[in-house]
Amino acid sequence: MARLTLAAGEWVELRGANGSGKTTLLRALCGLLPREGKIQCRGRIAFVGHRNGNAGLLTPLENLRWHRRLHDVPAVDAELLDALEHVGLLRVAAQPVQQLSQGQQRRLALARLLLSDAEVWLLDEPYAALDVAASGLLDELLAAHCRKGGAALVSSHSPLALANRVIDLSWDDFPSAGRTAADSAQAIA
Amino acid sequence: MKDMLKRLWHRLGSPRWFFQMMAPWQWWLGLLAALLLLTGTFWGLVYAPADYQQGESFRIIYVHVPTVIVAQSVYMALGISGFVLLVWRMKLADVALKAMVPFGMALTALGLFTGAVWGRPTWGTYWEWTDARLISTLILLFLYFGLYALRESLSSAEAAGRGCAILAIVGLVNIPVIKYSVEWWTTLHQGETITLTRIRMPPEMYIPLLINLLGMYCLFGYVVIARMRNEILRRERETTWVAAWLRGKKDDVGNGVIDGH
Amino acid sequence: MSAFTGQLVRELQLAGRARADVLNPVIFLLLAITLFALALEGKPEVLREHAPSILWVLVLLTNMLALDGMFRRDLDDGSLEQLLLPPAAAGIALLDKLLVQWLVTGLLIVLLSPLLGMILNLPATVYPLLALVLLAGTPAVSFIGAIGAALTAGARRGSALLALLVLPMLVPVLIFGVSAVNRALEGEAPRAELYWLGAISLASLMAAPFATQAGLRITLEQ
Repeated sequence: MARLTLAAGEWVELRGANGSGKTTLLRALCGLLPREGKIQCRGRIAFVGHRNGNAGLLTPLENLRWHRRLHDVPAVDAELLDALEHVGLLRVAAQPVQQLSQGQQRRLALARLLLSDAEVWLLDEPYAALDVAASGLLDELLAAHCRKGGAALVSSHSPLALANRVIDLSWDDFPSAGRTAADSAQAIA
Repeated sequence: MKDMLKRLWHRLGSPRWFFQMMAPWQWWLGLLAALLLLTGTFWGLVYAPADYQQGESFRIIYVHVPTVIVAQSVYMALGISGFVLLVWRMKLADVALKAMVPFGMALTALGLFTGAVWGRPTWGTYWEWTDARLISTLILLFLYFGLYALRESLSSAEAAGRGCAILAIVGLVNIPVIKYSVEWWTTLHQGETITLTRIRMPPEMYIPLLINLLGMYCLFGYVVIARMRNEILRRERETTWVAAWLRGKKDDVGNGVIDGH
Repeated sequence: MSAFTGQLVRELQLAGRARADVLNPVIFLLLAITLFALALEGKPEVLREHAPSILWVLVLLTNMLALDGMFRRDLDDGSLEQLLLPPAAAGIALLDKLLVQWLVTGLLIVLLSPLLGMILNLPATVYPLLALVLLAGTPAVSFIGAIGAALTAGARRGSALLALLVLPMLVPVLIFGVSAVNRALEGEAPRAELYWLGAISLASLMAAPFATQAGLRITLEQ
């Protein structure tokens, strides 16, 4: 039986070696994996997984448009371009995503995060493909998000300096089979 | 009554309860199945009067018809288990699903085989494409293959169970449509097949058929319960109750039964 | 409403940019029909006699090819996850996917049907009915097939498995479809068959979004 709580404004680092269940836990929290136990969440969840969630054949702008509309929000180009500018992708806004680098594709996922109104961010190893500048950008985004009252659970191999709190998925904190263990989590945002 | 059903439902959530409760059922059903099938088959194949049109070859229906009927019932049970699995996430439903598929598949194949044996003397061929029942049974066999293949191909056991549940439900919904369309098709291209409904059977003929049908259902019960209990043992092998049960078995073997009492 | 148009636009854009994926199945259809024509030594009466059967069986197989990759790209790039995450309008988005899948296979086949009829030596008078029969039946193939595609998207060697799962369920469509074209060749209007095909297509249209979603969630769990 495990319990996880995220409070508003908290930035929690989910640490653990490969295979310790970070991805499984995050996916279970999103609802992508079945779980035993309850999740109470005040607010919406945004998730960025290992794969970025961008269609390679479409441009960043088209991807963002799709994502907005998927959540039943009209897509205003000006807003989308602003977000792209914030993450440094304005220059390549009209190129197919598959022509962009890994880091750029990850930045697109960050732009998506920016645009979503989600209160809770669940990020699975977001720093993995980012260079120094982009990592700084992500730090800044996370800080701003938490300042506004959002919460974030970020998994990572290496320690995150700016996180408020760390959850370490070593064998004694959480049972290893994250999904079959009863996990009950509360994210209050 | 309602409370009893509710309690039963709750209990079904526990594989261990099922394992223990069903032990006597398994053996009794097995016994009953053996008795009924032996009686029915013997009676049908030896004692019942020969059909005036088809002669001795007719006798195979005493095996063929129950087989096909039960094969379809198995699929229906599969669909229901799948539904229960998806809606209530009952673990036992997944166990049931996994247990029933190979049995249903074997029974359907047997049905086709006995159908072919019947076909040879009756129509001159082993297979008749204008017999709606045979075609429907063949398609049923393919549906079973599909379930089996899907379970093998999905890597996570739980996902495999639910995937098969979906497939079973979609299949179940399709079966009436398939049967209707095949019947419609074969009546368009009518061959000289004699369908069962057009044979009027005197009691000496249909009683052994019923006995075999009942026996076949008992066989279904026996095989599925046995397979389910095996599967439960396999899935729960890490638990203490299984360890205790296995130890109990070892004690039986060690103490009384084999050493001679 | 945004969700409906958003997904529709995206699917059409993707189809437009991966034109080979869209055209290959149809080219396969033409090729396969050609093979039959060659194998039957091009004898016109034989072709005409067997045209309905050949056509429908090949339409089914072509769809198997087209359906195989339906969800794979989205699965690989992570868009599928995004689609199924809670606030997203998954049901509507999947409906769009199903519709576009039919547009780029079934509808294309319907539009090509006069050409197919010509290759199979069918009289021109039958072409309109042929198109109508295909119009009534191909949606069912796409929608029922999509359920199979959803279940097998993550499996290796998914295409053979997809065919095994879906083709038995498409037997009614095959039966009514072939019968309809046969009747059209005899000069009668195949009313009963058309009603059946239409009914199956509508029913599968209603059921497919749910079943597909359930199947995709299972695929994502692996």
